[in-house]
Amino acid sequence: MTHAIEIRDLHKHFGQNEVLRGIDMTVEPGQVVCVIGPSGSGKSTLLRCVNLLEEPTRGKVFVDGVEVNDPDADIDAVRRRIGMVFQQFNLFPHMTALQNVMIAQQRVLKRGKRDAEKIARENLEKVGVGEKCDSFPIQLSGGQQQRVAIARALAMDPGLMLFDEPTSALDPELVGDVLAVMRKLAEEGMTMLVVTHEMGFARQVADRVVFMDGGVIVEDGPPAQVIGDPQHERTRTFLERVLHPEE
Amino acid sequence: MADQPKAAEPAKRRLSPRKRQRIFRGVQYAILVAALVALALYADWASLAQNFARLDIAELMLPDLFTVALLNTMVYAVGGFLFSFVFGLIVALMRLSPVGPYRWLATLYIEIFRGVPALLVFLMIVFLPLALPGFAVPFGTYGQAILGLGLVGTAYQAEIFRAGLQAVPRGQTEAARSLGMSATRAQFTVVVPQAIRIVIPPTTNQFVALLKDSSLVLFLGVSGQYVDLTKFGNDMASTHANATPILVAGLTYLIVTVPLGYLAGRLEKRKGTSR
Repeated sequence: MTHAIEIRDLHKHFGQNEVLRGIDMTVEPGQVVCVIGPSGSGKSTLLRCVNLLEEPTRGKVFVDGVEVNDPDADIDAVRRRIGMVFQQFNLFPHMTALQNVMIAQQRVLKRGKRDAEKIARENLEKVGVGEKCDSFPIQLSGGQQQRVAIARALAMDPGLMLFDEPTSALDPELVGDVLAVMRKLAEEGMTMLVVTHEMGFARQVADRVVFMDGGVIVEDGPPAQVIGDPQHERTRTFLERVLHPEE
Repeated sequence: MADQPKAAEPAKRRLSPRKRQRIFRGVQYAILVAALVALALYADWASLAQNFARLDIAELMLPDLFTVALLNTMVYAVGGFLFSFVFGLIVALMRLSPVGPYRWLATLYIEIFRGVPALLVFLMIVFLPLALPGFAVPFGTYGQAILGLGLVGTAYQAEIFRAGLQAVPRGQTEAARSLGMSATRAQFTVVVPQAIRIVIPPTTNQFVALLKDSSLVLFLGVSGQYVDLTKFGNDMASTHANATPILVAGLTYLIVTVPLGYLAGRLEKRKGTSR
């Protein structure tokens, strides 16, 4: 069976700055993997290498068996199968929520307007913003915007969803709605790679938790082990700070 | 006006900044009023009126001022503007292209046409048929004027578009690419429409600049049905040996440019809230 994601000896430099120093990991179809770690540890860069928003300096990334950084690979076709959700939502501000969800269906998948609209409405309904179809992003709360962004990705029927700190830009009271949508997706069997600071979500929803620090994977295992009973000092220190910030 | 501090003795050395500012402002008003009074007393109003404000001469300009002169000015300006809008966008996209030669060509074009006087471009256009025998700019004077304004306007409009394109956050392109759009498609579905919105206020100002530069058609040797506002005013002034037509032409420009200036200001303000 092919892995949903396979990463081999991945390195990424930004000039002199070595952000990823040899990452090896796999994600199996249907798995939910949460990547945690201090800021600057390279987790977002790792995620962005999966759909080639960042070009790896060295190493290989396979999605569904296709090497994404192979110059011969059709990167647009690979990306079509990968949904991406950003920290800053990145909705298109000149389009309504409905148009945001329709545009790529029409332009990329060549779906007719009627089909695209039907699928868009279903997905907006599914993430709980069905009544906001005609609103522009600026008229929506952060939580609503992020759910529209999830619907936009889902409308492309992705086989894999990438989440780059999807709740970090949200007011605390809006985080729950977005996490609930992600939890629902996980229950439906979506393959998900999630960079997050939400330990509760990681503990309850993830099949595996990956702890990164300094551009390497320090610990990789089921949440009960990595969060519940960390083996490494660095993991312990990080979790201590995240779970008990006041002490 | 003469606001001396009331309790001067104890606080003479230490006027508060606000008081000092009030006195300073009072002095400025006083100077301004004195200058206006002097102007009113010493100007030769009768002579000024005789040379610049002869209503009978202004009346002679009337139908043609709008039906010919202003109309031509608008045709030149709008034509040059459309030309520069289309090519400005193309040059801006070239300027930001990852392809080196596109970038160099665009930079070269912008530097040349922003760096030379618009008048010089018009003079070159006059000499084009000499350089290229058998070549004539299509649509005669209209074509020449629109070409001249368009060539110059393109350089400025390209810089406006470049700023607009760069103002669209990178995340927009990333989101579009993540949805499987090609670089070109992402550019035209997501980035360009937002950039156009961003550049509406500076583009309005650019149109005003082109409208004023359209007066350079004077140097194309226009006459008769092709005259623009400035040329029309100048011709009438020569005929009647009186400056009134030039003043009237100036006022006619203002009828168009002042509202456009306000519009640009309004759009600028609205932009802050729309994103």
